Amino acid sequence: MMSNYKLVYRITVITAAVFIALLVGAAIIIAVGGDVFETYWIILSMPFKNFRSLCEVFTRMIPLMIIALGICVSSRCGINNIGAEGQMHMGVIAACAVAFAVQGLPRIIAIPACILAAALAGGAYGFIPGFLKAKLEVSELLSTVMLNYAASLFYNFCIRVPLRDPNDATGTPMSARLPDNTILTKFFRGTSFHGGIILALILVVVIYILLFRTTWGYKMRAAGASARAARYGGINVPMYLIIAMCISGACAGMAGATELMGVQTRAMENITSGYGFSGIVVALFASLHPIAVIPAAFFFGILLYSQVNLQILTSVPPNLVQTIQGVIILIIVSLQMIINNPYSQERFRRRFFSNQIKDIKEAK
Amino acid sequence: MAEIKEIKELRVEHITKRFPGVLASDDISLRVGEHEILALVGENGAGKTTLMNMIMGLYQPDEGSIFINGEQVKFKSPNDAFSAGIGMVHQQYMLVPNMTVLENVALGLKESWKTVVDLKMVRERVNQVSEHYGLAVDPDAFIWQLSVGEQQRVELVKTLCQGARFLILDEPTSALTPQETDELIVLLKRMSKELSIIFISHKLNEVKALSDKVSILRHGRVVFEGNTSDYTPKQIAALMTGHEVETTENTNAPVEGEPIFRITDLCVKSDRDFYALDHFNLDVRAGEIVGLAGVSGNGQKELAEAINGLRKVDSGKIEFFGKEIQNKTPAEVIALGMGYIPEERNIEGIVPSMSIKENMILKDSESEHFSRNHLLNHKVIEEYTDRMRDEFDIRSPNMFVAAGSLSGGNIQKVILAREIDRKPKFLVCVYPIRGLDMGAAEFIHKQLLALRERGVGILLISEELEEIMNLSDRIAVIFKGKNQSVLARNEANTSKLGILMAGVGEDDE
Repeated sequence: MMSNYKLVYRITVITAAVFIALLVGAAIIIAVGGDVFETYWIILSMPFKNFRSLCEVFTRMIPLMIIALGICVSSRCGINNIGAEGQMHMGVIAACAVAFAVQGLPRIIAIPACILAAALAGGAYGFIPGFLKAKLEVSELLSTVMLNYAASLFYNFCIRVPLRDPNDATGTPMSARLPDNTILTKFFRGTSFHGGIILALILVVVIYILLFRTTWGYKMRAAGASARAARYGGINVPMYLIIAMCISGACAGMAGATELMGVQTRAMENITSGYGFSGIVVALFASLHPIAVIPAAFFFGILLYSQVNLQILTSVPPNLVQTIQGVIILIIVSLQMIINNPYSQERFRRRFFSNQIKDIKEAK
Repeated sequence: MAEIKEIKELRVEHITKRFPGVLASDDISLRVGEHEILALVGENGAGKTTLMNMIMGLYQPDEGSIFINGEQVKFKSPNDAFSAGIGMVHQQYMLVPNMTVLENVALGLKESWKTVVDLKMVRERVNQVSEHYGLAVDPDAFIWQLSVGEQQRVELVKTLCQGARFLILDEPTSALTPQETDELIVLLKRMSKELSIIFISHKLNEVKALSDKVSILRHGRVVFEGNTSDYTPKQIAALMTGHEVETTENTNAPVEGEPIFRITDLCVKSDRDFYALDHFNLDVRAGEIVGLAGVSGNGQKELAEAINGLRKVDSGKIEFFGKEIQNKTPAEVIALGMGYIPEERNIEGIVPSMSIKENMILKDSESEHFSRNHLLNHKVIEEYTDRMRDEFDIRSPNMFVAAGSLSGGNIQKVILAREIDRKPKFLVCVYPIRGLDMGAAEFIHKQLLALRERGVGILLISEELEEIMNLSDRIAVIFKGKNQSVLARNEANTSKLGILMAGVGEDDE
């Protein structure tokens, strides 16, 4: 259809971004004395070596997708949620607390209860910066980053005092293992791939419908694209800003719940492992489109999984993967200009879709 | 001053430039000689600005070349054009509001960029230029303190300080008052004794008053070239639009009846915290067009915003079919049947990055027609948009292009289509044809008169007296937030309105 060439164009530019990032990454690998081809080979081939490794990638996709979907909503409504990390912490706390409260109840009730609690906690934590922005014009960059610190410290307190495993003798700050009825099903024996993927995929559909099929999503996008025009059109911009932040926070909270209930099975230190930030990158990488979040999360899942392999198999520091991630963010953000530039789009179309142009001329 | 060669001749030959879906320039050739003023006229989207941007090095032509004094030149950026002595004043001024005039000029003057900006040198140069050309500016004033006309003088000074020998002015009068326009024309005439000028406009009286030669662009092609003195404005208009232009006029008898819309003692503050409206009074009947004349900045913007719930009302009443609507939310005012064509059509009237289709339902996404249970019915919306594109002659490749990519006239048609088809009971219309070409303006005026026939009351806020006198049943004049006087159409004439607009009351005469 009409946007055919635009889609191809976007994919081309994003692929180019990946290659540029890999090139810059190569320079860094050489600088730290690593073997470029070996390193990239490990990053790109290990996930496909066997089914178990592929499942490791899928497992990492789950929180990435859920958080990125929330970011799609907030960013499209014109508010930058850098606070997913904090909202995720709050989600973990809520899910963990509720998990012990619903001990003994059937799974069909216990698991949704935990996830719901995490969504509410994350949503409430997202509400704060949303409200501050809407009513008092406090920059969300400032408030969300500060709230991340607050949440992380509160979380550390929780796993040391109220949620602390009473039977632990090692002194590690962590909660007890969650009751069995709240632990998400593993699909395949011996792999980490868990039922959270179902939640993630449902959310892809829900967020897609919300953004592009409902009047609420329409109003949020209008408010994000031009607050002034939205206000003129009778849209209550501050209200939608707050709602978008709540949805974004709720997603991050649920991501925390899946990580707790599917992977770690107990609340421990560093449970968010930076997913709150990687999720933002995934959303940007997907051009804030809920469906594109799936491949974007897959790609970042591969990157994150490779940290483990690099540590085992090479002398290259695993932090390198984070460096490459950083480079990709930079390049993507810079290429956003090119992606949205109608003139280079046109040039691209003329070169590779010249038959379409002829059609247009003839139609004229 | 940096030595820049005289420009005896600027010539473009066979320039072609393509943009997404359009041929913006199609084999254009032009020539401007020394001390000549060339008027470049054409409707919106005819390709005037694109052509100038290519001369300035902002765009590269796909084909064709540019010659200065017979030598071919290639400008890779505006800097190359500046150093060749070409300067441009854009339609939107490129000034930093919270810097002084001097600092703004220094921004464009590389010679002044030392460890500490050499403001002394800049000041000398500004004084020299403003004295030489009779361009009075206060070098220490902040840009935000200046009126639009003064800001334009700053732009001119800035360009001349860079040593421009050849000026390109893109619709220089579009935001000026009638008096400021006259001053500018005198000024440019004087400047043309030393410089050459390309002057983009579609106000044909100015073209006639100022230019030596005229070139008319239509759909990216030069369709006519000639000496201005040989043609009347009417002939040029016909060449520009491709057909005879008739003015739309309201010739109906005065409207009788009770007002459906009444403003009493309205006081509203501006953004800068003074009273922009000061005990303002006005009423409008059903099926009546009331024109509100006045120099812009006398409270028109605040009035329109207060009516539509976008600005807080401090005291006074706005009655709409007997209901008080002051300080209601925009959504409530819209629900009561108020239509609003805002002043800033590009950023307020539409969401520029959204498609035409999505902009069509900006006010009505929740209506039963377009959505059910909050789910949008895309099929109905697309059919509706298609119909609107036909009825209102909105020209675009399709309905999925970003509304902000359309030309001014087409953007206004999108807004008009949306506002009129909602079947409003009343319409507030602010500068509806500002910056539009004659074809689009004529279309919009016809639509407004048709709306009047259907019994809709219209408040037409404008600074173009011709527009107001052609369309209105009654004419009010706003000055410093007060309603000076309300005249019937047959009592009004330009000089009477001009006096009232300048703040002289009828009693003072």
